[in-house]
Amino acid sequence: MDLRFCLLPALLALLLSPPAEAGKTLDAVKARKELFCGVSTGLAGFSASDSRGNWQGLDVDICKAIAAAVVGDPSRVRWTPVNAQQRFASLQSGEIDLLSRNTTWTLTRDASLGLHFTGVVFYDGQGFMVAKKSKITAARQLANAEVCVQSGTTTEKNLSDYSRAQNLKLKPVVFESFEASLKAFFSGRCRAYTTDATSLATILQREVKNPGDYAILPELISKEPLGPVVRRGDDEWFAIVKWVVNALIEAEELGITQANVDAQKASGDPAVLRLLGVAEDLGKSLQLDRDWAYRAIKAVGNYGEIYERNLGSASPVKLARGANRLWSKGGLIYAPPLR
Amino acid sequence: MAIGATTTLRARLFGSPGNASLSLLIVALLLWGLTHGLDWAVLSAQFRPDAEACRALDHAGACWGVIAEKHSQILFGRYPQQEMWRPALATALLLALLGQSFLRPRAGLVWAWAVVAAVVLLLLGGGAFGLAAVGAERWGGLPLTLLLSLAGIAGALPLGVLLALGRRSALPAISVPCGAYIELVRGVPLVSLLFLASFLLPLFLPQGLTMGVLGRVLIGLILFAAAYLAEVVRGGLQAVPEAQRLQAAALGLGYWQTQRWVILPQALRLALPALMNSFISTIKETSVVTVVSLYELTGALTLALAGDPDWRPFFLEGYLFIAAIYWLICFALSRLSLRFEHRRARP
Repeated sequence: MDLRFCLLPALLALLLSPPAEAGKTLDAVKARKELFCGVSTGLAGFSASDSRGNWQGLDVDICKAIAAAVVGDPSRVRWTPVNAQQRFASLQSGEIDLLSRNTTWTLTRDASLGLHFTGVVFYDGQGFMVAKKSKITAARQLANAEVCVQSGTTTEKNLSDYSRAQNLKLKPVVFESFEASLKAFFSGRCRAYTTDATSLATILQREVKNPGDYAILPELISKEPLGPVVRRGDDEWFAIVKWVVNALIEAEELGITQANVDAQKASGDPAVLRLLGVAEDLGKSLQLDRDWAYRAIKAVGNYGEIYERNLGSASPVKLARGANRLWSKGGLIYAPPLR
Repeated sequence: MAIGATTTLRARLFGSPGNASLSLLIVALLLWGLTHGLDWAVLSAQFRPDAEACRALDHAGACWGVIAEKHSQILFGRYPQQEMWRPALATALLLALLGQSFLRPRAGLVWAWAVVAAVVLLLLGGGAFGLAAVGAERWGGLPLTLLLSLAGIAGALPLGVLLALGRRSALPAISVPCGAYIELVRGVPLVSLLFLASFLLPLFLPQGLTMGVLGRVLIGLILFAAAYLAEVVRGGLQAVPEAQRLQAAALGLGYWQTQRWVILPQALRLALPALMNSFISTIKETSVVTVVSLYELTGALTLALAGDPDWRPFFLEGYLFIAAIYWLICFALSRLSLRFEHRRARP
């Protein structure tokens, strides 16, 4: 035991760069007929368990789609709620196959943590909320204003970066907890409140007495592209996660929905037939069967449907699609061709 | 007598203008706190699980509806909804036997504990007698808190006794490693030990042997608690007069016989209040396991509320609820241990 503790630093290094295990994850998932998916401990719209203990959200639906494509059943997912500190360690130690947990894609994380981001499923960004009676309609009008912010987060750093870059001389009023910073804003301590735009939308919907009295400014001051993460060294699994998400986006482009996916199998569009495995077998190159995309769409619907259900007007968050519209409609959501 | 007490009270509380104003101030503060607390917690409170009504209150009164809505998730974590009776029964069994052990301690209870432990594991895990199998990663809430605490204490106490005896050994080959272990473990926070147990232990284990996260965390918890218990037991050992050991030796008892029949019974009795102190802190330390994806009482509360925008504003009520549960368990334990001490004190 003593000798083993001497090896600790070496093992830690090993942990941070796990050996290449090509194809291992896919085999393991198929063998146990269950996907191990890491989600958040609770973020409305992304991953949260309801009063009956069912998981819901955009990140949750991504996991369900992959389970449907790989195992054949969207309910065959073992959910592991992980917090911000342990999320990467859980992935590296093999406790989860896939991290789908509102995680921002950055260079450092992608390059040095022994993992890979498979793509972007949601473009978030940091925004400002102000009281309508302050007559502020754009962030540049915030010069010299006090801004309430939670301490110790990237939010705080983004705010000071933005203030310096735009020469706005913003005065951050920092609070330890989310609740305290929010309370301070509502009691008039600050002109503006800043955090991620999705959180702002949730706050406006659920924690404000008269949502009409407040407004979210149009500017986003940081880029927070969120996406699923897999272990490094398993290229097959990386490709599967990436292309299932792309299939969901392609389905929206092609107008394939959860409701009409069966009827679309008789469509005249070659792209639709290709995606649904009628004309060509795209699944083969991914080591899946030909119905993989059909099952994923049947399970959770296309990207647009997933968005509407969890974050859009049909959800408690009621967030406009903004940058998360399809590229063809002025947004950033784009899938490389599936052929 | 009554007049005497009144006089004393008057003299003590209102003897001088300074004392009198201080007394009045304290009484006023108490009254203010009590009436506001009562108003917030009971009179203005909302007891129905009605999110709209709770929001309309705007925190002027407590929203106990959050407990009504989320109680099964707070108490039993991520356990499957339709099987909630199983963790409920397991919790009841554990609490009942715990009470019994303190109220009527006898040797036969060891067997009762073995049976109840097996039944609780069967109830939670299932997979036999028509019970659906439920993986340990989905156990949560109160039964998990109790399970970790009890198994942690049960595992740590024997280890702690051995470590304490080892540290007092005359042989440096035994006393030095024991002392080093105790100092090493006491020098690191529980969180780091749990991280080790959760993420590094799988790498130490031989190929083919896998252990669930619950087992690994339990090992971490036992190793941690044992180091503290060892020092408590050592305190008890040192309080036993040296003459006891010499007399046992004169009777011809060997080392283990001396420890088993002469020293330890006295040492553990002396250390009982301090041991109970350690047990209670172990119960509360289990809340740290949230960092390695086990969701006991505090973790279950986060899971239940954090992602639900309707109920998230009412975390305070949730924390008060689980604080009350912790307090009830710990207070009951300390009362029971007092009774236990009195029984033991009898010749």
